[in-house]
Amino acid sequence: MALVKHSKKSCAVNPLKMSQPIGGALAFMGVSNCMPVLHGSQGCTSFGLVLFVRHFREAIPLQTTAMNEVATILGGLDNIEQSILNIVKRANPEVIGICSTGVTETKGDDVDGYLKSMRQRRPELADLGIVYVSTPDFKDAFQDGFGKTVTKIIEEFVPRYEESPQRAPARVNVLAGCHLTPGDIDELRDIIECFGLEPTFLPDLSGSLDGHIPEDFTPTTLGGVTKADIARMGTAGWTLAIGEQMRDAAVALEARAGVPFALFDRLTGLGVNDDFVAFLSKISGRPVPLKIRRLRGQLVDSMLDGHFHFGGKRIAIGAEPDLLWSVGSFLAEMGAEIIGAVTTTKSPLLAKFPAEEVLIGDLEDLEQRAEGSDLIITHSHGRQASERLGVPLFRLGLPTFDRLGAAQEVSVGYRGTRNLIFAIGNIFIARTHEPDAETWRQDFQDHAHAGAAAQSNQLVQIETIV
Amino acid sequence: MTSLANKIQDVFNEPGCDKNQGKSEKERKKGCTKQLAPGAAAGGCAFDGAKIALQPITDVAHLVHGPIACEGNSWDNRGAKSSSSRLYRTGFTTDMNENDVIFGGEKRLYKSIKEILDKYDPPAVFVYQTCVPAMTGDDIGAVCKAASAKFGKPIIPVISPGFVGPKNLGNKLAGEAILDHVIGTVEPQYTTPYDINIIGEYNLAGELWQVKPLLDELGIRILSCISGDAKYHEVASSHRAKAAMMVCSKAMINVARKMEERYGIPFFEGSFYGIGDMSDSLREIARLLIERGAPAELMERTEAVIAREEARAWARIAPFKERLTGKRVLLITGGVKSWSVVAALQEAGLEIAGTSVKKSTKEDKEKIKELMGQDAHMIDDMTPREMYKMLKEARADIMLSGGRSQFIALKAKMPWLDINQERHHAYAGYEGMVELVEEIDKALYNPVWAQVRLPAPWEETSWEERATKALEAEAAALVADPERAEEARRAKKVCSCHNVNVGAIEDALRADGLGSVEAIGGATHAGTGCGGCQGKIAEILDAMSSAGAIPASKAA
Repeated sequence: MALVKHSKKSCAVNPLKMSQPIGGALAFMGVSNCMPVLHGSQGCTSFGLVLFVRHFREAIPLQTTAMNEVATILGGLDNIEQSILNIVKRANPEVIGICSTGVTETKGDDVDGYLKSMRQRRPELADLGIVYVSTPDFKDAFQDGFGKTVTKIIEEFVPRYEESPQRAPARVNVLAGCHLTPGDIDELRDIIECFGLEPTFLPDLSGSLDGHIPEDFTPTTLGGVTKADIARMGTAGWTLAIGEQMRDAAVALEARAGVPFALFDRLTGLGVNDDFVAFLSKISGRPVPLKIRRLRGQLVDSMLDGHFHFGGKRIAIGAEPDLLWSVGSFLAEMGAEIIGAVTTTKSPLLAKFPAEEVLIGDLEDLEQRAEGSDLIITHSHGRQASERLGVPLFRLGLPTFDRLGAAQEVSVGYRGTRNLIFAIGNIFIARTHEPDAETWRQDFQDHAHAGAAAQSNQLVQIETIV
Repeated sequence: MTSLANKIQDVFNEPGCDKNQGKSEKERKKGCTKQLAPGAAAGGCAFDGAKIALQPITDVAHLVHGPIACEGNSWDNRGAKSSSSRLYRTGFTTDMNENDVIFGGEKRLYKSIKEILDKYDPPAVFVYQTCVPAMTGDDIGAVCKAASAKFGKPIIPVISPGFVGPKNLGNKLAGEAILDHVIGTVEPQYTTPYDINIIGEYNLAGELWQVKPLLDELGIRILSCISGDAKYHEVASSHRAKAAMMVCSKAMINVARKMEERYGIPFFEGSFYGIGDMSDSLREIARLLIERGAPAELMERTEAVIAREEARAWARIAPFKERLTGKRVLLITGGVKSWSVVAALQEAGLEIAGTSVKKSTKEDKEKIKELMGQDAHMIDDMTPREMYKMLKEARADIMLSGGRSQFIALKAKMPWLDINQERHHAYAGYEGMVELVEEIDKALYNPVWAQVRLPAPWEETSWEERATKALEAEAAALVADPERAEEARRAKKVCSCHNVNVGAIEDALRADGLGSVEAIGGATHAGTGCGGCQGKIAEILDAMSSAGAIPASKAA
């Protein structure tokens, strides 16, 4: 149980947080043949673009409504229409996803209303999916923008059913929060398919940002869940929501189409995966396959092997709420002590977190709490603090721009949890200090035990022998 | 805002820029930046530009007043290096929330400045304005003034909110900020006849340090670099330099020109990229210093160093030149440096298959033409699809570009080298040129290309072959169908600002018999935005009038 605190500082130093609209843009990147757009000045998009390019090491589709001074003041609705027309002309996507920014929200454009009237004026765009999400920069954080966008995608594309429709019991929807990497999503797909179920991931970053070589160049997303797949989500048997951030989306889907949902707030750790696997077994009516039973055994063994190195270790973590909850809770289960937990935005999970305090703050706060710790866990921006404190850094979350393979890191499922034990445990092992003759010597500053000659504390110069 | 509007007008009225002086009063007011097309734009904003220009000042705190996006999404992502303080890499932002938007963020800004001074004690704080507080009307100038008076430290407002324009404008507005508030506020401890400023050099990947040892050897002191590896007091006392070099084309021309005006510091425009350019720059520095009173023997020493360094560099490049001669390079850069990079590449025997000059000024483009001869294949605003096509057709052996377009090259399994801001290698001076050639060689001859181009054993035809076939089919279809080919030709866009294509210009020419670029502009708006396409319009005009397609009476 943790006390949730807000930083009292006026000035954020070394931000941990990233903005809502680019969280929304990332969600759109998991939709097939989609062009995400930020409704703001071109810098809003440019910063997000560079961030994603450096993290995923992929070309990133992300456009801007390019608000200039006049449009900023008089309103940017014309820019929205022009962007849509330009994007259709140049890239012809199936879906255009628009997130607002601080600039356009300060002015207060009624984009939803405008899009309605534009739809009437431009029947030629009838087949184009347009999703608009309100994501002002000056509120909430990356994870919130991601969650709101998934909810809005469901509201736009999943038809509303008056009566519960005919369900395809083998189909399950998986709402995948932004704490999951493309590698995590692949892992979950493997697990779910082991039970003969057919998962539809929303969003599906494993299809778009997993680093494949495309057949031909496309200016939009390279893969992901299609608009048609999303429309069918209303007739699936179940929805699995991964991460607390996906609760609203799961509720929205339930409200529209009556799909029951189960929420798994984390999938890193033994017990939580047991629950997950048991649930899959129940809804599929199949026994747990041998492959998964073996993976469980391997995880249990690695936990036993690893706990020697985790026990009593003091760890400081900075991450968005769902990622903090997943990894932090598991580390506590391995016997580590979370001496500092910093996050970006509110979440009902924070009060339950296994630390004395969770602070909604920045990396300066984390650095203060990480002094004397054994490990810092946060995204690549923790590198300066790690250097200053001489504490190793385990890179976790977005952005990870100074290491290869961030998109393929897996930390969910039995196998992912096992990987995480190895990766973090090896850092501890590498830092083990060999003792030497002086390791246990102490200076008690207590000279009572010393002889008189030593107490006089005079240097005795031995005469040289001639 | 009126003062910002005036500032922008002032920046647009740049006597140091020939192109600007060639414009009419009305054209000049519109500025030198392209109007951006919504949904088809890329690149940073004016805030980004201002931050890039000033962040390399290492010992001050750079505080961004705005919502989290402006700093949170972008901090510590530039490769400007420092020889001492690391404070410039610390991200400071007021992280404005909803309440600040509604009730104003001035108090939060003031408190933030106080917190920074209490905790980090920098010699100065630079406060960056962003879109949201500019809209809500936070008076950053007044807050900085009050804080400065209260705390006795310079607090510098940098007024360059993102929506006023692109990066390039932000560079200049940043220059205005230091001209107004920093330069000339501190006296140097001593001066020498060998003091210079280097303006517009950001020490990316440590490039300044590839040049500085030679200047040190010559006894030339960099009084201040603006702004690479600079300290606050250096910039503040830079007005006592004897001469200045302006690097990086036009990004900070206003700083160089106004320092000449105010403090009589003559400057020249030079580049550290390429052996010839590097030598010219050293000579120019020596010449200006001698003009300002340094002993004439400086030139002899400079020539001696140049001769030694050139010989050494050529000797180190020679083994590569043979391997690189005839290799074709596609150069897609952020623009400001493209002409200097072109010169460097040609020295290594490489051919330029094409270059993007998107962000370059017209003068830059002229320089590229001059360097590459008449058949320069300039690719204005090349779309990713065209780039991909060009690479696939193997008209280039290697692509040099900024971080964002690399994946197009890599997915086409084409060697690629990073030459923009996020790069990790330094390419300045004689040392840098050798390094660039080594890197190109390493990239071109890496055995990995042969590996990754192998088709998977189960694929009867590779996707590349299929894609090539599709492209060929497309081309064949155009040849078979002259009507469609003509349509495609006419649909080619000329003016990006006003979205005018070849067909529209030709129609206007035919129908109205317009005889000049200006008249075409009047009828179609083509070329009246940024003016970047006027050359192309003139070409169409020439082609049509020589083909006799324009009524003779009206063709001037």
